[in-house]
Amino acid sequence: MKLTSQKAFEEWQALLSEREKGASGVRRVRICAGTGCLANGSAQVKAAFEAEAIRHGLSIPLEFAAESTGCHGFCERGPLVVLQPGEIFYEKVKPEDVREIFEKTVLRGEIVPRLQYRDPNTKQPARTSAEIPFYARQHRLVLNRCGEVDPFEIEAAVSRGAYRGLARAFSLEPERIVSMIKDSGLRGRGGGGFPTGVKWESARKAPGRHRFVLANGDEGDPGAFMDRSLMEGDPHSVLEGMIIGAYAVGARKGFIYVRAEYPLAVKALQQAIRQAKERGLLGRDILGTGFDFDLEICRGGGAFVCGESTALMASIEGRAGEPRVKYIRSTERGLWNCPTVLNNVETWANVPHIVLNGPEWFRSMGTEKSPGTKIFSLVGKVKNSGLVEIPMGTTLRTMIEDIGGGVLKNRAFKAVQTGGPSGGCLPADALDLPVDFDALTASGSMMGSGGMIVMDERTCMVDVARYFVDFLAEESCGKCTPCREGLKALQRLLHKLCSGRGEAGDGKRLGEIGSALADTALCGLGQTAPNPVLSVLRYFPGEIAEHEAEHFCRAGVCKGMYWPRIDPAKCVGCGACKKACAAGAIRGEPRAAHVIERAHCVTCGACLEACPFSAITAVRREEPE
Amino acid sequence: MNSQAVSTAEAPENLAFDLQDLFKATPRHPRFLLPLLQDIQFRYRYLPRASLKLVAEHLGIPESRVYAVATFYKALSLTPRGEKTVKVCLGTACHLRGAASVLDALSRNLGIPPGGTTHDMRFTLETVNCLGACALAPVVTVNDRVYGQMTPGRVAELIEKESRHEAD
Repeated sequence: MKLTSQKAFEEWQALLSEREKGASGVRRVRICAGTGCLANGSAQVKAAFEAEAIRHGLSIPLEFAAESTGCHGFCERGPLVVLQPGEIFYEKVKPEDVREIFEKTVLRGEIVPRLQYRDPNTKQPARTSAEIPFYARQHRLVLNRCGEVDPFEIEAAVSRGAYRGLARAFSLEPERIVSMIKDSGLRGRGGGGFPTGVKWESARKAPGRHRFVLANGDEGDPGAFMDRSLMEGDPHSVLEGMIIGAYAVGARKGFIYVRAEYPLAVKALQQAIRQAKERGLLGRDILGTGFDFDLEICRGGGAFVCGESTALMASIEGRAGEPRVKYIRSTERGLWNCPTVLNNVETWANVPHIVLNGPEWFRSMGTEKSPGTKIFSLVGKVKNSGLVEIPMGTTLRTMIEDIGGGVLKNRAFKAVQTGGPSGGCLPADALDLPVDFDALTASGSMMGSGGMIVMDERTCMVDVARYFVDFLAEESCGKCTPCREGLKALQRLLHKLCSGRGEAGDGKRLGEIGSALADTALCGLGQTAPNPVLSVLRYFPGEIAEHEAEHFCRAGVCKGMYWPRIDPAKCVGCGACKKACAAGAIRGEPRAAHVIERAHCVTCGACLEACPFSAITAVRREEPE
Repeated sequence: MNSQAVSTAEAPENLAFDLQDLFKATPRHPRFLLPLLQDIQFRYRYLPRASLKLVAEHLGIPESRVYAVATFYKALSLTPRGEKTVKVCLGTACHLRGAASVLDALSRNLGIPPGGTTHDMRFTLETVNCLGACALAPVVTVNDRVYGQMTPGRVAELIEKESRHEAD
């Protein structure tokens, strides 16, 4: 049924909300079907729930409903399951657990304690997700429907408020919407932090017959999956934002550029576009207003540089994704030389909320210069990996210690890396920095798209710099010389340092080449490429110096640059290291201190990783056995 | 890389006929270059050399431009690939949790370097920068089936399991 007026939409929306309320008594289970939980078998869990319902003679969906939803965020503990009534939260649910859950929780309202989340420190079980610190400290605004609704059903999204912002937008003048976005202070969530409203205004004013709106879903930063989860879990929020944006700037055609590695996101978006068209929320004469807007999906080809705005546009035009110099902004001459607004998918998903609730409301969250919330993917050596949405200005410490639950295996925290390959590594004394665009940039890192990678004492910072430079050297498109050659030069120096061939002055040379690269590269990729190296030089000069002068890697990562040594006082003789050692270099009797024979040791680091008592440390090569 | 030799050995004989349906479904506009190449890649698991010329003719663009795009994007390949593509994620989270040793183990098990294809055309080994499943690190996918928390020790089991399945 196509909706032909705003009134028809409101009636439909009211009906769906009413139906949702009426169904609140129905016993139901929400099963996370994000990439993480699917990999852990959540589809089988859903099938098992349905089989149980049939076995107990409950009719689906009137008496019992099993719904697959987008990412719940707490990927570390998947597959996640939430049961209604009562919002009962179970983690790591296997198909064989389903019968017990069904008979106890669904039928009798009893808890299955062994599937509950337990606080790693206090061992207290949590009944609902709200009781878990990982969720309690978050502010899920953009992610409010993600994990709550079935992403493949438009009705589920609409009953929870989707497209209400769009309906309101049509009662406003386009100029008014642009000024609302401007007043809200919304900044680009893709990393740059450029004010979204300014972009829109510039595109709206630029002369031209055609205009385009684009969504950047080419999430290439390693360690980042916010955009993927959003596109997979609540595609309608992205669509709604883009339709509002198109109406505001006067575009009739839009593209969503999705990364090649995200097949599920493409599927969810395709279905969302089809359903929105069927309902008259997209396509010709949207809601009877006479406004036409069409959306198309472009699958990326697997090139990191295509996340850069001009490279992304080149890719949509059917050319190799190489950036151009931006002496003319793409808001004036972008896709096919027409005025173009390109925003990150998360930015688009913020738009409906601002239109619906007003700019003042938006400004009440976050900090003055960076209002609103930001989604992060918290990963690496942290206890609670997952998707986290927090108000801007939350400190790194709150994120890592309270939400993340601290460092894995209670090891010592060393650094946090934000902003992907364009960002930097911040040390422990930066943990009280508030997370916003300006504070992170001032500290030598950047917000980036929102990857936040925690590193512990077992991480070598020189190796991390090498890792990112390897990544960027591979992904550099090669168009401009500073990026193509500068990254190769950095790469050579870092490989030298990580293989025990470091020389005096290598650290200084890294700094010089890095600064020159930042000053002269053509596009954002090259200009920010040396950040990982420069931040390591700034905050971890000791490790660079050790690699350079002593050929020593204190983290025990760089091969041949340390010896592992077992502290006989700490070793309990559990044999974990002996089992992990592929070279057979460890000997010792059970319950007696073990010894490493250097003659056989290949310094793979497996024993350092395996020891549960931190009894093995990396020592300098010249130290006695 | 001698792509010419490979393409004559592997390309379907009547490529133009075989691709008719794709060409019919694709409007003659240069912007459909990447999607068209992706479709061809999906069908043959690589881009037969002769298909580049057909694509250029269909879209009305120089073959050099088709070649430029075909060699720019990682998702496209001019050499035939195995039935199953094993992708090892080398994203930051996977790197920190030991992806390099998983890659080594896979490479040893399959007897091919990263980027290589086994002689029987069953497996291609690839690395990828991030699959966005960081909570499962280290991650390996086989034709989009995700295997999380991989260790070098679990590699043999994975290859064994995948070998038993027929092509996807």
